[in-house]
Amino acid sequence: MTEPHSQRVYLRRRRLSRRYESLKRAWYYFKKSPLSLIGLGIVSLTIFIALFAPYIAPHPESAGLYMNFEEAYQPPSWKHPFGTDAYGRDVFSRVLFGFRYSMMLAAVVLSLAAPPGIILGLIAGYYRGTWIDMLIMRIADIFIAVPPLVLALAICSVLTPNIFNAMMAVTLMWWPWYTRLVYNMVSSIRNEYYVIALELLGAKKSYIMFREILPNCLGPILTKLTLDVGWVILIGAALSFVGLGAQPPTPDLGTMVAEGGQYLPTYWWISVFPALAIAFIILGFNLLGDGIRDIFAATER
Amino acid sequence: MAQVASSKEPILKVVHLKKYFKVSLGVVRAVDDISFEIMPGETFGLIGESGSGKSTTGHVIVGMYAPTSGKIYYKGIDISVPAPKRPRQVRKEIQIVFQDPASSLNPSKTVFDIVALPIKLYKGIKKREELEDEVARLLELVELPPEYYMYRYPRELGGGEKQAVAIARALATEPSFIVLDEPTSALDVSIQAKIINTLINLQRKFNLSYLFITHDLGLARNFTTRLAIMYLGKIVEIGPTERVFKNPLHPYTQMLLSAIPVLTEEEEKLKPRGIASRGEIGSPMNPPPGCRFNPRCPFANEACRKILACIFLSCGLQCRKPCI
Repeated sequence: MTEPHSQRVYLRRRRLSRRYESLKRAWYYFKKSPLSLIGLGIVSLTIFIALFAPYIAPHPESAGLYMNFEEAYQPPSWKHPFGTDAYGRDVFSRVLFGFRYSMMLAAVVLSLAAPPGIILGLIAGYYRGTWIDMLIMRIADIFIAVPPLVLALAICSVLTPNIFNAMMAVTLMWWPWYTRLVYNMVSSIRNEYYVIALELLGAKKSYIMFREILPNCLGPILTKLTLDVGWVILIGAALSFVGLGAQPPTPDLGTMVAEGGQYLPTYWWISVFPALAIAFIILGFNLLGDGIRDIFAATER
Repeated sequence: MAQVASSKEPILKVVHLKKYFKVSLGVVRAVDDISFEIMPGETFGLIGESGSGKSTTGHVIVGMYAPTSGKIYYKGIDISVPAPKRPRQVRKEIQIVFQDPASSLNPSKTVFDIVALPIKLYKGIKKREELEDEVARLLELVELPPEYYMYRYPRELGGGEKQAVAIARALATEPSFIVLDEPTSALDVSIQAKIINTLINLQRKFNLSYLFITHDLGLARNFTTRLAIMYLGKIVEIGPTERVFKNPLHPYTQMLLSAIPVLTEEEEKLKPRGIASRGEIGSPMNPPPGCRFNPRCPFANEACRKILACIFLSCGLQCRKPCI
């Protein structure tokens, strides 16, 4: 009667071409805003510097315990674009290495905090109104109730102040925000008829949660991740600034700002350039985050 | 004649079904003691204003939640439990098409993913080619050319096309009974007709039974064989469609039929005794005493506020059998 279906060609069968198409659409919405493009540029530059700092820094030896008192306190010049600090280290090279530490902090914290936060939010939202929801969300509320910086300060001051403990502290205060975000989305999606239809069919709960609901939450999660890179770097810098994060001579941007603070205002370049670098990174990720949000806002319509 | 007798066996039997919802302010009596039977191959209409409990009835039947009390029998098997507790064989037999096509399809899945899932679950087909064949067959049944629709996302489809995909998904488990929860209320009139035609064709082809939930009287008249009129969780009238439209017994049914807008005087005269609609449906949390309809009924008297039955109906309000 009918020819075998498997011999037919289904329009847009290949997944690759579908993916390419949706990428093209995303780029179309993204490039509409010049600010998003600037954000993308800054972020690409930041990642590039973070990856290749040892190769592009003019004085890579400045990153460590290097001392050259003959060149100390030099103002910005061609040889030292950001000047030199009290030990004669090249501030420009140290700032480039600082990108590395900041990005590492953000990458470690977010990859530790986001997955459990997202999974807990997914479970709590799916089981909304049950004791599972109560348990997870009340624990999240407890963590949210403590001012983030205070919690991090407490943890870092009890334990040895170093970059590892700083990362653990920031992670511990970061996950509940993902739980909250995902919880709110999932608890509304779980009442959609397509979820009910799957439940009536008897699909596995893990399948419904991870394969059907989670993909619809990716937009806001990705936006938040991007925006959070900036915030994590800021908190990390704040911890370093008060001496609870990375310890000297680590070329961490926050530590550098703190170290240079005692030489203000005469040798302003020692702390102003690292501070500007922090602002630069945060600005970049915020602009990029806005651009990503615009993509999902446009494609969801 | 034994065969005739067995064909008279109802496919679905609802007996004294109640569904109450506890909310912070009290108890919502969404469905309050209703009974009806659906025969194989028939389209049974459930008509009512919003808030009358017709959708809740459909949801309880497909097993979205357990009834507060009462029983539901499918081919004699007690299914008064939520879907996960029903026998697998019965679960696949009863499907639903939801009201809102936009919400009934996952926006991040293709038509193939959506329709293939029930096939994977109930037919054990795993190979992509075989699944494609099966999905293509189902899409053809609902008049969507598979070459064009197989790998589309719901956002690329119109309302009628989405609803057709939802019907294809419902058909995937080869059911014999489908609850149609206002399947066309969100669609344009021109598309409504197409969907209804598709449903009628499918019914003929597979001898399906439908529970058709709607507030559209015209649609109900054309599509259903028998119907029940619901008001505030109760069935006020039940009977063959033809009879109910020609000779409505309950004042509420008469009011509903009088409210159908018509163009000409002749059509106006065809209507049964005209009763002007007044008031709005009451609260299912706090239903009026006596006959549920008495605050809006032009014939109501003292007795109506005391007895649950409508005094106009010789056979009573909660009659379970067709009156005429």
